[in-house]
Amino acid sequence: MTFFVLILSALLLVALATALVADLLVAAIWLALLSVLTTIAMFYLNSPLAAVFELSICAGLITVIFISTISLTRLTSNQEKKTAARTRLKKYIWLPMVMLVIGIALYLTLDINLTLPLLTPETDVRKVIWNLRQFDLLGMLIILLVGVFGVVVLFKEKFNNER
Amino acid sequence: MTLLLIIFFLAAVLIINLPPKAFFKKIAFWLALFLLLLQLVFVFLPRSLWTGLNTLCSSNNFSMVQDSLSMVMLLSIAIVGLVALLVAKAHIKSENKLFNFVCLLLLCCIGMNGMVVVTDLFTLYLFLEIVAAAVYIMIVFEKNQNAYEGAFKYFILSAIATTLMLAGVGLTLSTVGALSFTALQIYFANTAQISAGATIGVLLFMAGLFIKSGLVPFHGWLPDAYQAAPNPVSILLAGIVTKSSGVYALVRLGMLGVLVPESLKTLLLAFGAATILIGALAALWQKDFKRMLAYSSISQVGYIVLSLGAGTLLGYAGAIFHMFNHAILKSLLFVNSAAVESRTGTRDMDAMGGFAAKMPWTGATSVIGALSISGIPPFSGFWSKLVIVIALWKAGLHYYAAFAILASLLTLSYMLYMQRKVFFGKLIEGYDDLREAGFLYILPSVILALITIGLGIGFPFIVGTMLMPVAIFNW
Repeated sequence: MTFFVLILSALLLVALATALVADLLVAAIWLALLSVLTTIAMFYLNSPLAAVFELSICAGLITVIFISTISLTRLTSNQEKKTAARTRLKKYIWLPMVMLVIGIALYLTLDINLTLPLLTPETDVRKVIWNLRQFDLLGMLIILLVGVFGVVVLFKEKFNNER
Repeated sequence: MTLLLIIFFLAAVLIINLPPKAFFKKIAFWLALFLLLLQLVFVFLPRSLWTGLNTLCSSNNFSMVQDSLSMVMLLSIAIVGLVALLVAKAHIKSENKLFNFVCLLLLCCIGMNGMVVVTDLFTLYLFLEIVAAAVYIMIVFEKNQNAYEGAFKYFILSAIATTLMLAGVGLTLSTVGALSFTALQIYFANTAQISAGATIGVLLFMAGLFIKSGLVPFHGWLPDAYQAAPNPVSILLAGIVTKSSGVYALVRLGMLGVLVPESLKTLLLAFGAATILIGALAALWQKDFKRMLAYSSISQVGYIVLSLGAGTLLGYAGAIFHMFNHAILKSLLFVNSAAVESRTGTRDMDAMGGFAAKMPWTGATSVIGALSISGIPPFSGFWSKLVIVIALWKAGLHYYAAFAILASLLTLSYMLYMQRKVFFGKLIEGYDDLREAGFLYILPSVILALITIGLGIGFPFIVGTMLMPVAIFNW
């Protein structure tokens, strides 16, 4: 339990860092770290297959897409970066506090009995993903396609012009 | 069969991006036109098409709903998609940009078609994300400062909506044990067993949908996005995107019986009424043609949500009918605004006047759209608002019914204000050479105006045969 609370706290801090850093590239790396922590949390919750998906897709593939996209953008100056980081920190530092207070209040006041549906062994999870949730897989592939297409539409022309 | 509406569109996007690019760039528009027309045909002849492909479509792994509500949504998507496509052909001069728009439109249609046919809460969320991702890119299509601002606001609020919806999905899964529509319907049918967790799960999901629908007070992104987006995208956004990505899911949840707790109904009524009032009051103060229409959209979505709050069969029928009407009417008014802007180069209503004399088709169809949306008989808008008022009255919500009637006077006020400013009166100086924007603007306007007239006059015939059966969950 203590380990899990530690992981959740680390998740919160890393998420905050991801949102607050001014450099997009650094933000992408923080985000990858967030995925790694989520993977550990998923392993802890006995969902190894979901954890592997999280690690390979979110920490791997998505980070690659992010970094390829960022490489098409213009670098900001160090001064701009510092100013942006400082402003953001001032603006949003209250956010994790509020989230924490709301979370604790909800935990203490509501008696919600959360029980995840029991999962059968790993082979069945595979069956769920490939056989029963095909529509979701199709949806995810289309989202990736839209993302890639968006990068091409928004950045390619500008990148070519700048070159 | 409905799976083909996703597969065909996806195949089209992939094919037109293959070499020879120059050839596919030329035919992309026509291919999209063909697919959207095919979708129209499919809606009217669902069982007679593609019989040879039955094996593919009968696959159990792609569980899909194909009831009357889905068909109404597929019809709205096809009509508004066609209108946006035609206006895009006239509005976007560059072949490259038109090609990109066509690809994004097709991807957006995949998302919307998927959303209205899926039978699982998580899959619905997934397809909703496809629509949102395509729309971010479409809003910033022109790459100007305002567009980036509009898209950024939409993106941030959508991210919040996503968080709420995912949390809602998680809670619902934990308490109900499954996310399929059938499981939800069975669980919520037994009111005694509904736990706090399930209610909070639905509440969180609903909050996300409220943001996506642009309900007050989550409407901040909507006027900026509608105003900043290129005209064909505004048509798509106002006509169908917010309807399919937010309002449809609310209607579906209502028809599944998920919104049974009294607290949820009260929430819908309160948010619906506030949205109608604040949207209409804000529309009255606008000088920008598109921004006024955007606030009008917010107000009209309020009517749909108010009708859902009645929680009766008639209430759902009213919501669905008004949703369809609003898709038609708001597309019509946005086409009119696009036509005026394309000729005058401005959207400032203070700099307009007497345009009906020079643009008779645009002026006439705009009057029809404005009167219909204000609830004036015999147009279709009158009937949908009447059904909503009767549903509220019969549900014992007399104050809300009276409020709906009074609020439609506000709609009439800002619509007449717009007509007086833009189309009526003496033609202002400098526009002596003004003329119609072109066939690609007139054709969709006339078709949309004919639909609202036809539905209005034919309402007594459709009420028993089409409208009420739509509201019955019969899949």
